[in-house]
Amino acid sequence: MTPPLTARGVEVDLAGGHVVRGVDLTVDAGEFVTLLGANGSGKSTLVRALVGLIPSRGSIELFGTPLTRFRERWRLGYVPQRPGSSSGVPATVREVVTSGRLAHRPLLGFASRSDRVAVGEAISHVRLDAKADQPITELSGGQQQRAYIARALVGDPQLLVMDEPTAGVDAESAAVLASLIGHLVDDHGMAVLMVAHELGPMRPLVDRAVVIEAGRVSYEGPVDGIRHDHAHDHPHIGAPERVRPVPEEGPLG
Amino acid sequence: MTDLLAYDFMRYALIAAIVTGLAAPAVGTYIVQRRLALLGDGLGHVALTGVALGLLTNVAPTLTAVAIAVLGAVAIELLRTYAKTSGDIALAMLFYGGIAGGVMLVNLAGESASTLNSFLFGSITTIDAADLVTVAILGLVVVLLSIGLSPQLFAVCQDEDHARVSGVPVRLYTMLVAVLAAVTITVAMRTVGLLLVSALMVVPVAAAQQLTHSFRSTHLVAMVLGLVAAVGGVVASYEIDTQPGPTIVMLALAVFAMAAVARGLMSLRRSAP
Repeated sequence: MTPPLTARGVEVDLAGGHVVRGVDLTVDAGEFVTLLGANGSGKSTLVRALVGLIPSRGSIELFGTPLTRFRERWRLGYVPQRPGSSSGVPATVREVVTSGRLAHRPLLGFASRSDRVAVGEAISHVRLDAKADQPITELSGGQQQRAYIARALVGDPQLLVMDEPTAGVDAESAAVLASLIGHLVDDHGMAVLMVAHELGPMRPLVDRAVVIEAGRVSYEGPVDGIRHDHAHDHPHIGAPERVRPVPEEGPLG
Repeated sequence: MTDLLAYDFMRYALIAAIVTGLAAPAVGTYIVQRRLALLGDGLGHVALTGVALGLLTNVAPTLTAVAIAVLGAVAIELLRTYAKTSGDIALAMLFYGGIAGGVMLVNLAGESASTLNSFLFGSITTIDAADLVTVAILGLVVVLLSIGLSPQLFAVCQDEDHARVSGVPVRLYTMLVAVLAAVTITVAMRTVGLLLVSALMVVPVAAAQQLTHSFRSTHLVAMVLGLVAAVGGVVASYEIDTQPGPTIVMLALAVFAMAAVARGLMSLRRSAP
């Protein structure tokens, strides 16, 4: 079966610096992979490159199709870091979640009955029914994040990419998200790639952890093999035998 | 009101006000959503260069203003996208270039200050049948696209990154919003004037936000309030003999003040035991 995400030798340069260097990454169907690393390690930049938001070198394929030619956008769900913070006109939870159905719609046309049903279900899944018609700006940070995850899930994606979805989120919201994501991975075979600084309630769901240090993969394996060095605020590898060989610095083919 | 409608110029002015009142907040809602409230001001200044070019070359100023304002809209989006220029710097350059180019070309055309004044602050007596047809067609296009493409425009203005990952052609739609703003400025030029048109894009939206809780209701209520301010302003400017632009804007601000007071009263009522 073709993996939802296959990346080989991904490199990203930003502001003249090498931010991501020769990263190989595969996410299989039904697999939950987390990207860990210190602030500035390049993990969010890598994820933005993987979904096509910033230019990169190397090879990225989504469901076997090169990223630049990938058109079945409904198969990909994306939760950006601190999304929607720039909007000047408040929108309701329902309106924000409805915008996640665009990949299913023709160029012109408003929400269909099936769109409305899917939106209602997605809002229920994140337990925001009572808040559905409230402005999203009036919700707590955790509730807002649940709404943005509902927006990513409303299109029934087969690969969900999330950038620090539980950062600054209250315990209740984090637990709701972990329960929902666990259900989608286990029962529906959805693949997940999640950038995280702290795993929290997501930890039991993670099949594989990938640690990024200075733009490179420094560890790939079970999450239990990582210990967190609080003094230096970055993850360290507790099981050296699991360290995957990392390519030498320099351009990759 | 009946004797108002006895004059051709007033009928034209009222029709132009209806179109302007609906079109300006229709596109203005997206501009406010993107936090580009001053975009209309920048494009208004650029349109002044277009008007002056029309006066200099004896081409209808409405047409040259549309062309130059649309070019300005495209330029600002390209500057923001490719030149790594922040939105406010790109807007500032539009302000400077537009006003300087406009005044220079008006001087070269040998036009009087009153001619310039009528474009800057609106003049209901200068709207003729040919202008009205152009204004009506362009205004209708703006309103239809603003409403018809609202799911896409909302998604792009709400969260560009998410929209891009969803396969929405973000660059096309951000460009479209800027171009619709440019066209609206030309539509509103004769009634509100180039210097104040931005107010009719922003103030009704701000007023609607006081009364609504969703994007869709804000969009629709803003259009209704824009219509009330534009038509009421044109009527008032005839009755009290003032220029329509400032009259429309003052009326829109009064509507905003009333909406803000109403919101305050509603909040007090909700919080009362």
